[in-house]
Amino acid sequence: MPDLAVGFSGIAVSPGTGAGPVHRLAPPPALPAPPGPPVADLAAEAARAAAALDQVATDLEQRAGGATATAAEVLLAQALIARDPVLAESVAGRVLDGEGAPWAVDAALREQQAVFRDLGGYLGERAADLDDIRARAVALLLGLAMPGVPSPGVPFVLVADDLAPADTAQLDRSSVRALVTARGGPTSHTAILARALGIPAVVCCTGVLDLADGTPVVVDGTTGDVRQIGADEAERLQEEADAARLTAAAVTGPGRTFDGHPVKLLRNVGSVDDLADVAGDDGFEGVGLFRSEFLYLGRTTAPTPDEQEQAYLALFEACRGAKVVLRTLDAGADKPLPFLELAAEDNPALGVRGLRTSRRRPEVLADQLGAVARAARATGADVWVMAPMVSTVGEARSFADQVHALGLPRAGAMVEVPAAALQARRLLEVVDFLSIGTNDLSQYALAADRMNGDLADLLDPWQPALLQLLAMCAAAGRDAGKSVSVCGEAAADPLLAPVLVGMGITSLSMSGASVPAVRAAMASRTREDCEGLARLALDAVDARSARAGVAERCRS
Amino acid sequence: MTRREATIGSRVGLHARPAAVFVKASAAAGVPVRIGRPDGTLVDARSMLGVLALGARNGDTVVLESSGEGADDALDSLVALLEQDHDEPAPADA
Repeated sequence: MPDLAVGFSGIAVSPGTGAGPVHRLAPPPALPAPPGPPVADLAAEAARAAAALDQVATDLEQRAGGATATAAEVLLAQALIARDPVLAESVAGRVLDGEGAPWAVDAALREQQAVFRDLGGYLGERAADLDDIRARAVALLLGLAMPGVPSPGVPFVLVADDLAPADTAQLDRSSVRALVTARGGPTSHTAILARALGIPAVVCCTGVLDLADGTPVVVDGTTGDVRQIGADEAERLQEEADAARLTAAAVTGPGRTFDGHPVKLLRNVGSVDDLADVAGDDGFEGVGLFRSEFLYLGRTTAPTPDEQEQAYLALFEACRGAKVVLRTLDAGADKPLPFLELAAEDNPALGVRGLRTSRRRPEVLADQLGAVARAARATGADVWVMAPMVSTVGEARSFADQVHALGLPRAGAMVEVPAAALQARRLLEVVDFLSIGTNDLSQYALAADRMNGDLADLLDPWQPALLQLLAMCAAAGRDAGKSVSVCGEAAADPLLAPVLVGMGITSLSMSGASVPAVRAAMASRTREDCEGLARLALDAVDARSARAGVAERCRS
Repeated sequence: MTRREATIGSRVGLHARPAAVFVKASAAAGVPVRIGRPDGTLVDARSMLGVLALGARNGDTVVLESSGEGADDALDSLVALLEQDHDEPAPADA
């Protein structure tokens, strides 16, 4: 019998399997063209409009109660807008002039949006925030489905065109089994959030919006497949996935293959807060990427050397003697920092960013390295320091000299530019280690903007060209006897991780939530298995067949 | 009529959280308060939309007006609020 099941394919961005009924993020309500039906009781209609805005504010306040501090602040500011007395007056005035409540609310908020857009800048961006308030109030008044994340009362698979930060503020693992979006790319907000929450997710999945609410599907966040199935099968697959997750969590201790070959599983972190849970984690092996930007963001002046030293002391102490790889300041025209005073550029991704900023402001790097060295000396921590956006051996040598001169024994180069991957052997003659940032390396190797959803397929970490660059770096590391790690999100894919190890990658760094599944994936394979998977992936002609081939070999 | 001037102390300007804090305090002031640019029209200080639309940045001067019993005290505390810096550094991102 032919397989009539409906299937879709997108880009896998958060590993694991989730199954259950689809519920779509409701689109904004459609408001019929004005004028609406004539209003009989103007006062009652005005009260109805006021009650709707009040309800929207109450809902926003309730959502804030369950959200993180940052999200709660955004939601509470939105609630204040919904309760704005001047807005209420404007709506009431329109109703008393004969407009129906939904049209009055719509018009009053659109008028305010126009004011914000005209003012531009920060307020121009805030204009979009008013869309959510308007859509919610209009939906209430027309009796339509509330836009935003549905609450069907059972665990479900959330399907959306794309997700906005406001939509995702309250997502949680217990109610959302998987996320699928029709748009978005591997580095989109949805992808990052799903990985942080540990929810399986697929993005850029064309056609998925055609699935009706309630349709049972299974989502494979490792291969990118989304398939319509029976309701019973969905429950069974979800139970299996839950069991697999528990099994993965039961594999503890440092990362190693089945035959005991060690593979360090490290964490990507952005602040000391990300390390709050390591005290009770016997599998914590250290930090593979510490993004040091947090010290600098939102500053108009550089942090003082002393302030930096204190921050690094806190970080090194939080690592409890484990290895910590610190990336020096990664800023540029795309991640601007006011005090660097860098000029605006036509092509910021190709401009003065990462280590290149030290051409103009060498003292910023010198201050940072000095503070790191003092904090390392004071704590005796195992500190490795690496520079972002290295393109030449000369850049790497001068960075390594600077690091070594301060008494820091380990200086490394990040491989994000194809030129660095091509020069991996020579780089390893002047630095102590390499760390590959796969997100940027994809962007530069495939010439595809990380933020451009239309090009998301080019940014797939299984692209043969990217895999070849990774293999070159790994081989260079093996020959030099030096560490080569992967710290992009490719390392977090339990299917790709064994491929990387098979190439000769020595450590993998990822968000803390991704570690258990990767640890379990490593523990079930020998090093020889991994080498076989690496050959299979490198022989494939395209990303899809590379992933499918490895997935099939892993199942058999 | 009581009138005061205040210099915005918040690093991000009278936006987001500082604006929310100010609007809530104005609503709780017990007297009607209006706020604006020294050379512009004044808006209801309880209106989040109106306060945001002022676009007041760090270091900008704004004018507060009120009348009635307790207006002096109310404006004193609102001026103090506006001149304070409520902000913490922005959260880290990759």
